[in-house]
Amino acid sequence: MFKYIAKRIGQSALILLLGSLLLYVLVINAGDPLEDLRESNDPNRENLIRQRSANMGLDLPWYVRYLTWLRGVGGCFVGRCDLGTSRDGQAVTGLVAQAAGATLRLVIIATIAAIVIGITLGIVSAVRQYSAFDYGVTLMAFVFFSLPVFWFAVLLKHYAAIQFNDWLPNGRISLPTILITAGILGLILAAALGGSWRRRLVTFAVMFVSVTGILFYMDQVEWLRRPAVGLPVYILAVIGLGILVIVMTSGFQNPRVRNAVGATALIAIIGYAVVRPTLMTERTDPETFSTANWILFGCLFAAVLLAILAGQLLGGFSRRQATSASVTTALFASVLAFTDLMLSHWSGYLAVMPRPIPTIAAETPNFYSTYWNHMIDTATHLILPTVALTAISIAAYTRYTRASMLDVLNQDYIRTARSKGIAERKVITRHALRNSLIPIATIVAFDFAGLIGGAVITETVFGWQGMGDLFRVGLNNVDPAPVMGFFLVTATAAVLMNLLADLVYAILDPRITG
Amino acid sequence: MSDNTNPTQPVQPEADQYSVEDVIDQTTDKSYSQGQLVLRRFLRHKAAMVALITLILIIILAFTSIGYGPIPGWWDKDYLTTSTVQNGGAPTLSLWPFQIGEHPFGQDTIGKDYFAMVMRGTQVSLFIAFTVGIIATFLGTAIGAIAGYYRGITESLLMRVTDLFIIIPALVLAAVFGRTFGSNVPMLAVMLGVISWTGLARLVRGEVLSLREREFVAAARAIGTPSPTIIRRHVLPNALGTIVVNATLLISSAILTETAISFLGFGVRAPDTSLGLLIQTYQNALTTRPWLFWWPGIFILGIALCVNFIGDGLRDAFDPRQSMD
Repeated sequence: MFKYIAKRIGQSALILLLGSLLLYVLVINAGDPLEDLRESNDPNRENLIRQRSANMGLDLPWYVRYLTWLRGVGGCFVGRCDLGTSRDGQAVTGLVAQAAGATLRLVIIATIAAIVIGITLGIVSAVRQYSAFDYGVTLMAFVFFSLPVFWFAVLLKHYAAIQFNDWLPNGRISLPTILITAGILGLILAAALGGSWRRRLVTFAVMFVSVTGILFYMDQVEWLRRPAVGLPVYILAVIGLGILVIVMTSGFQNPRVRNAVGATALIAIIGYAVVRPTLMTERTDPETFSTANWILFGCLFAAVLLAILAGQLLGGFSRRQATSASVTTALFASVLAFTDLMLSHWSGYLAVMPRPIPTIAAETPNFYSTYWNHMIDTATHLILPTVALTAISIAAYTRYTRASMLDVLNQDYIRTARSKGIAERKVITRHALRNSLIPIATIVAFDFAGLIGGAVITETVFGWQGMGDLFRVGLNNVDPAPVMGFFLVTATAAVLMNLLADLVYAILDPRITG
Repeated sequence: MSDNTNPTQPVQPEADQYSVEDVIDQTTDKSYSQGQLVLRRFLRHKAAMVALITLILIIILAFTSIGYGPIPGWWDKDYLTTSTVQNGGAPTLSLWPFQIGEHPFGQDTIGKDYFAMVMRGTQVSLFIAFTVGIIATFLGTAIGAIAGYYRGITESLLMRVTDLFIIIPALVLAAVFGRTFGSNVPMLAVMLGVISWTGLARLVRGEVLSLREREFVAAARAIGTPSPTIIRRHVLPNALGTIVVNATLLISSAILTETAISFLGFGVRAPDTSLGLLIQTYQNALTTRPWLFWWPGIFILGIALCVNFIGDGLRDAFDPRQSMD
């Protein structure tokens, strides 16, 4: 395995080198870097042209410029990164360091969201092939597949941000809205769960009544302005999560997995009850923000560690499955805890920011506030670009998962599993799912490249000062250094993603080793 | 549970059974060639037929209304002439009572007829998309077939180039070429075609890799058929399904790529126009002049959706597991 990874890294490094050469040559030949100066009427024009030519090395042959750039990049291996200077003399290394965080956060969250939602939708629509749900998902996938991301992003900006912000301060959820929302959600769930007409009717009724109740409650207590979650709701949510994970993995018959997941859920609840007051404390000094970040990371790390421990100790002979189930539980429980913390600070945030969903920039400039307000600020800035990117990417994952799941479900070993009396749920989660995910792993790498392209566009629409901006402005100025800075970060991320996909591939399919 | 778990359901007919049922229509005793079968299945795919008709209508509308090049169209305005803005430039199109009016899609901020501009944008986008589709299909098929059949250097070269495209997103390369050739639409289309072939080449290679081991290829080789002829006559016709389906997908992704780079400002430049450029120009007009934003977007969505549905219909038509009805 180690040899395999080393070989892959070596190949990737070579490809990166080739790619950088190609892109460098293409960019410096993409236009005239002095265009704006040639057209200007500045009396100092000749001087400015000479200055920029010297600054960018325009008089040097292309390979000298490339090698100079490459030498600077090579400095990264000895700790002195120099990605060159932009046309205006700014050091690109600093620009990249500022921009990379925002963009990678966006792309990685969108990738994960698209994978999780897309695969779930794909599996359900494959299991319910030719049902109303399947047709609905297929149609939606086609629409999103054909949707220009920038157009969708502008629509989101208008309807999900500006109009929502207008509505929020004193908006009410009207009765027709409640009933229609509940009706639609009920229909979707009934179509997804399927079964006999009687069962569908029951599903619909349960969903309809509960959604109506929840929305009515949210309207009455003005939940969207003063959301309250708190520990009791968290406990219920984690219990529900544990049950869901058990049902999805082994079912309740296996006491080992059941105990491991139960123990993890219990640890999560107790742990969260203990650390919640610490996490809730208001920090206003920006100096302490990184401490708070580390505490959060520490909690996540501890949760995963304890989950692995629970799985290993209580798993018995189904140790492997128990461990993965408890780690899943721990991860989702952490996400729930994080959501709870965010929501608890939401009304405080609204007091500072009455229009919470922003349409521009990656964070509010010159925003001095508490730790959690900064957290919420970053999150609200992320929402719309992430939704735009995810929506486009979900479509492909849904289609591929559906096709691959249908392929697997038609194979002989699935028929064997069914004929020996295994419950359909188990056939799907234990026998079919894993094999149907194998082809998906290869798509992730290609899709990641597509998402980076999409991120360039969404960043433009939402006015982020991210990598996309660096690329766009750099290319427009025929300025290779920022473009290459963009390339270095996104290409390295793509290579790592590709490597990760290969590793997942090897884990999913034991026949592939080295 | 779904029907395929029902144990009483009869077993699906096996491969050789369906071919007998399919090839000979039992009512008329007429037999069909493979091509006729595919065509019949495609013509019966309702969504694909609706999409095909819609796409043809869009193409006819775009090219006859304002004409193309020196050929005049039936619409009396063009996309460059400005006139006085009437009624704030609001669209005069209404469905009930039906009327087209002076400016069915409205006017832009300086009084140009927006219908003519959208039609011009559609023309440019369609032209680029189909050019990209043709070039990329040709290159992808040729390179994929050579790589899969001869293996060796071509194959490893192809795989390395594909790796390259994983790290340089297609949109980034397209934008770089757009910056270089943006004012020259045919050149831009050719360059986009030149960078779009890798996906198809990989698929064709995979197909050819399995086809070259089949008996009929061995037989052709045994009687001394030269390799290029084997590829042309025996291998590629069997990979036609993959090629045709992916050609349509190439076209729909080319539409989206072209509009995206035009939106970023690296594609088609003013005074010429494209659907992406129109959206970029009027992206802040959604509150004040919404029609300037909606029309080009609807046309992009419509074209891409139609092409994708046609591709889906073709995929089903080429899939031998599909039955006739």
